[in-house]
Amino acid sequence: MKRAGFATKWLPILLLVPQLTIIAVFFYWPAAHAVQSSFYLQDPFGFGSSFVGFDNYSDLMDNREYRRIAWFTVIFTVLVTFFSLAIALLLAVKADKVIRGAKSYRTLIMWVYAVAPPVAGFIGLILFNQSWGPLTRLIGQFGHQFTLGVNYTDTAFAMVLVSVWKQVPVNFIFFLSGLQSIPKSVREAALIDNRSASGRFWDVTFPLLAPTGFFLLIINITYALFDTFGVIDTLVKGEPGNNPMTLVYKVYVDGFRGNDLGGSSAQSVILMILVLALTVFQFRMLERRIHYT
Amino acid sequence: MSEANAAAMAAATLSTPSKGRRIKAGTVFDHLILILGALFMIVPLIMVFQMTTVPDVEVIKTGPSFKIGDQLDDNFNKAMFEASGFSGKNTGTNMLLNSFILGIGFAVGKIVIGMMAAYAIVYFRLRFATLAFWVIFTTLLLPLEVRILPSYEVVQRLGMLNTYQGLIIPLIASATATFFFRQYFRSVPEELVEAARIDGAGPVKFFVDILVPLSKTMIAAMFIIMFVYGWNQYLWPTMITTEEDMFTLVRGIKQITQVMEGNRIPEYGRANLLAIIAIIPPVFVVIFFQSWFVKGLTESDK
Repeated sequence: MKRAGFATKWLPILLLVPQLTIIAVFFYWPAAHAVQSSFYLQDPFGFGSSFVGFDNYSDLMDNREYRRIAWFTVIFTVLVTFFSLAIALLLAVKADKVIRGAKSYRTLIMWVYAVAPPVAGFIGLILFNQSWGPLTRLIGQFGHQFTLGVNYTDTAFAMVLVSVWKQVPVNFIFFLSGLQSIPKSVREAALIDNRSASGRFWDVTFPLLAPTGFFLLIINITYALFDTFGVIDTLVKGEPGNNPMTLVYKVYVDGFRGNDLGGSSAQSVILMILVLALTVFQFRMLERRIHYT
Repeated sequence: MSEANAAAMAAATLSTPSKGRRIKAGTVFDHLILILGALFMIVPLIMVFQMTTVPDVEVIKTGPSFKIGDQLDDNFNKAMFEASGFSGKNTGTNMLLNSFILGIGFAVGKIVIGMMAAYAIVYFRLRFATLAFWVIFTTLLLPLEVRILPSYEVVQRLGMLNTYQGLIIPLIASATATFFFRQYFRSVPEELVEAARIDGAGPVKFFVDILVPLSKTMIAAMFIIMFVYGWNQYLWPTMITTEEDMFTLVRGIKQITQVMEGNRIPEYGRANLLAIIAIIPPVFVVIFFQSWFVKGLTESDK
């Protein structure tokens, strides 16, 4: 609060009411409801529910399919995060270096930011079309019959590729603005001290970009966990079957299609705890980031 | 095809050697990487576009090719004015309208509510300000996706399924804009409030006449980010809207895919064009307000 604030009593309350009401109704109520129903077993026909304690959670832990999905989510997240960060960093470093056409490159690379994940998935469907998809053909040249939506690994590959394509622009924008905020004096000093370009990059640029990188790491993990829902749903055409899926997709499938409310709520709570842990980690990193700059 | 033109231009800048300066191998390499990166981002879209200009039968035979046909008009009419579902209401025009309502409604709602709350928290001596702060900012921790089912139940109980309110308001229940405006208001010099008070301006006048005009750029940046975010929502609209006349373009994409594959001759041209129409408005906004958008994105840290 500012020291020289206004002393009016009723106005700030009036100003806060819309925000607080929406949050109470559409955030705290549902969140509390999720926690509550994760301890209950819902009758599938809607005839009440019974308290089962931590049964929903222990059932999940014992469920082989759930463990497999959790494991896939981890691998998926690592791959998407790593490749989208690496490609974006490479492109940002180059875009920061070139003088001619820098702006055109920036525009050409970042526009994909505005493409919705399911639309990205749709484009993936075109590229991997079974009979004439250009990528299916390309992979066919190497002697592998690519079958999207049938072969587990193939589908996972398409999911990772499309998710990376969609996420590179965000990372690119952040890396580029991080690079551009490195003071000229620092660059010049580095130029005198270190003659090799790659040496300069690893010794000076990379450490200076580390705070941006930490921040992006969290953003990317959250993206891979939650925002890829649209990519996955379109790539499997809404028919999960034996295809790979992430934990968020599983919440949706179990709760919305399978009507397993208790189990789905328990999964939601697990995800909530995961996100909370990530956010706490992020805030600590952000604190450190302030000291950096 | 402005992207293709830009790609050609980018390639042209590489091939024209700068006068009096030797082109180093390193520079060529840098451009090569950037061109590859740009192609990686753009080629998929060009392929999708190319398919909308040729007859669907040709697509089945050859897939995407380099040929630009004359079917664009025809496909555009089909995409915009012919319904793809059962009710006959989800034409491209209708979906486009819904997308705009969601995108703009979400952005405006979020900015208005966020600015009001941030103003209350930053500029007033409020006894429970700290409490309000924490109550509001906890919402940043949990994305809608993790509480999707109970949120759906709440909306259902309130009878808001298949309504614009039900579509938009729950999405606003996260404090990103509030957080952003709070940060910004705190950076506004304190002397401004003092001067305003000495001049006899009340809190409402100060907000409307000084703070809002001062935040113009920030509001614009927020609007762009929030518009794109709202426009691109998928999971929530999928759950909340089941009636076809409420579909947005992005929500309708799954149905578009089914239409594409359901017919004897899949309607690739029409489906692809709808996908492109779903992309155009947000991409346009991002490209044309690039500097605001980048500033808003990197400074707000989401």
